[in-house]
Amino acid sequence: METVKQNIPVFTVAVGGAAGDGIKEGGLHLAELAQRLGCFAYLTMEYPSLIRGGHNFGRMTYGASEVHADHSALDAVIAMNAESALLHQDELKDDAIVFVDTPHAEALKDIGRKVVAIPMSQAVKEVGAPHAAGPSVGVGAYCYLAGLSRENAEALLGKIFGDILGGVAMNVALALRGYDAAKESGLTPRTELYVDGACAHTGVLLEGNKAVALGFLSAGLEFYIGYPMTPASGILHFLAKEAVGGALTVIHPEDEIASINMALGVAYAGKRVATGTATGGFALMQEAFSFAGVSELPLAVAVSQRQGPATGAATRTSQGDLRFVISSGHGEFPRMVIAPGDAEEAYTAGRIALNLAWKFQTPAIVLLDKQLSESYQTTVVDGAAKQITPHKAQEEGDYQRFRFSPDGVSPLAFPGTPNTKVKATSYEHDEFGIASDKPEMVQAMQEKRWKKMEGIRADAHNFETVKVYGDPAAKNAVIFFGSTKGSVLEAAKMIDTPLRLVQVLWMEPFPEEEVAKALEGAIRIIDVEANHNAQFAGLLREKTGIVCHEKILKFDARPFDPAVLAAELRSKLSLS
Amino acid sequence: MSLQLGTYAKISWCPGCPNNQILVAFRKAVTELCESGALKEENIVAAAGIGCHAKILDYLNMNTFNALHGRAIPAIEGVKAANPALTVVAFSGDGDSYSEGLTHLIHAAQRNSDINVFIHDNQIFALTTGQATATSPKGFKGLTRPSGSIEEPIDPLRMMMNAGATFVARTYAGEFEKTKEIMKAAIAHKGMSFIDIAQPCITFFDTRDFYKDNITWLPEGHNVTDLDAAYHATKQSDGKIPMGIFYQVETPTFEQQL
Repeated sequence: METVKQNIPVFTVAVGGAAGDGIKEGGLHLAELAQRLGCFAYLTMEYPSLIRGGHNFGRMTYGASEVHADHSALDAVIAMNAESALLHQDELKDDAIVFVDTPHAEALKDIGRKVVAIPMSQAVKEVGAPHAAGPSVGVGAYCYLAGLSRENAEALLGKIFGDILGGVAMNVALALRGYDAAKESGLTPRTELYVDGACAHTGVLLEGNKAVALGFLSAGLEFYIGYPMTPASGILHFLAKEAVGGALTVIHPEDEIASINMALGVAYAGKRVATGTATGGFALMQEAFSFAGVSELPLAVAVSQRQGPATGAATRTSQGDLRFVISSGHGEFPRMVIAPGDAEEAYTAGRIALNLAWKFQTPAIVLLDKQLSESYQTTVVDGAAKQITPHKAQEEGDYQRFRFSPDGVSPLAFPGTPNTKVKATSYEHDEFGIASDKPEMVQAMQEKRWKKMEGIRADAHNFETVKVYGDPAAKNAVIFFGSTKGSVLEAAKMIDTPLRLVQVLWMEPFPEEEVAKALEGAIRIIDVEANHNAQFAGLLREKTGIVCHEKILKFDARPFDPAVLAAELRSKLSLS
Repeated sequence: MSLQLGTYAKISWCPGCPNNQILVAFRKAVTELCESGALKEENIVAAAGIGCHAKILDYLNMNTFNALHGRAIPAIEGVKAANPALTVVAFSGDGDSYSEGLTHLIHAAQRNSDINVFIHDNQIFALTTGQATATSPKGFKGLTRPSGSIEEPIDPLRMMMNAGATFVARTYAGEFEKTKEIMKAAIAHKGMSFIDIAQPCITFFDTRDFYKDNITWLPEGHNVTDLDAAYHATKQSDGKIPMGIFYQVETPTFEQQL
């Protein structure tokens, strides 16, 4: 691995095994452990589309300052099988420790790193724990490596395990077996891996999916209707749990087409509703998305990108659907597309999307990707506070659902209101809602709907549509959107040259002025995005005329590794 | 109270189209239900998909939801879930729900959503000027297979019984009074109500003479709670087309359990 400069050191520990080995839980426990040590953590899960077997891998990077992405250079691995270490052999630092389940230790004898056999599967059998509790033993071994005292480790472990995999006591017992086994192996603890209360933060581990769901809830979400599809299912699963015994209603209908059409019925009846899906599922929703536009029904949609085309690499990340999503739905109608870069921004985006959908009676999208949807990051959000933007309510007099108004927004009434006929229609229509294809009416209705875009643009000024990090006056600028933010911010930590880091959050309407201002005076602009065609750079050029001088593109369905990206950036920066 | 259920929209069905009779039957059913105090006008939502049937919404001065082709049913399920106090009716067609949106029809029955689905079954795609649907008879010569369709038609009533609908009926658009009464019974029913309305397309597939000669109504003593009897009653060996309420049972609705 390339040795890189680090302002503040970060450490990376991974857990790997087959599907069913409890790798996700193991990764989460490692991240919780890091947070209990007072650190910021970032955990990525990589897994194939299968239920048993294969190679599941959780990689957790932590440090005393904010961590925006996980790193590939590994300080330690907890391997439930030999493959989990061998597949990542090239990522092991010279002094990395490989904790491997004892039966597989022999297979790693040539790996060239310190291998410590830990009887993980044996411990699980002996205490009668579920098979998937195996990584808990490894977590205990890591506590020893990081130099925690046994008492300190026991106290922390009691806080990180939950009511799963046999419960807290059983997993603490398993972890302490791992701790003892690591100690008995003669391993020397590396106290630099232990950052004791280095920083005080009130963050929690949050993944993009849960964050956007919390954002929807903060804007008064009453219904969520969705069909499961990786990587968006987490939103549906989280909200389904939230709905038990609560005011929220969650429905999983027969398909994505039913989901969005049902959601439009909910919105028509006056309840705040969202749907969510992967980009493949969103492809199925296109006609109804367009329907939301013409019928001016308020709808928030969370769309998470995965590597396409078609079924593609089903469980892997991508930014290849930007152009598809901003252009979604046939016909022309106003919509909002916000692309958050981390969990905190996903929360805010969820709230803005649902609120502005209701304020402007037009659909709003939160554009995610697998890396953001399913990666966990230490995040501070104000999850309790509701901020509900009201809609324009019905006035006196005869009601017309699509009444012309200076701002294009008509009063919103719902069925069940006496003396009020509420019409919604997928046809072009007159002010009352009767189908009309008269040329003057078709034109007038489009002008009415597009007037709303002026209001949306004015409102967007209240939000962060563009963010600048690093040195805002630097001549070299890096521009990016979505989860690539994390990799760019981590990579920048390894680069000495001053960099202006420009993140664009709003894709539609595009914040032309803010982006132009953020890039003003930049001599070299480097575009970083995870797709083949540099879709964002194209959008930037289309909207602002600004041309990116260099592009760093990645389309192997994996996120940018900070160290690799840093090397590529350095190479681009060295060009004259 | 006198309801004003008509609108300023000019009726654009073919002159003499039996859709007019369905419209009049529905207006009359709604008027009677509102006048009796069983329903409030503002608490009714009528939906439709796309096809000749869907024009009905423009002729109804009430809450309406003109959905996409084949998608009236999930939309109206959303309306009902969001506000169970509403009475919801989805008009649809054989092209709209036996072809394009069939999955939604099946699943609405499976979950016993408390919605009413009235299918204008003219056995043809009429608005697109004459192609075979899932209920067109085998051999039907449509624009997409001029030599005659090679597919057997589905049996919508049996299909809906299998899917779990708790109210299954068939009527004939030309029998206005009976259609109105069946609509009222469907609306009164708690759970998924399904009516297949035989509706000749007088322009592209005129079956008026056929129905005139072949309609028969279920006998007085028909046991609507016996699924097996209901299933077998949908077809007769003499080729007559039985009409009436075949099946009706009460089971918990989707919205009650939501």
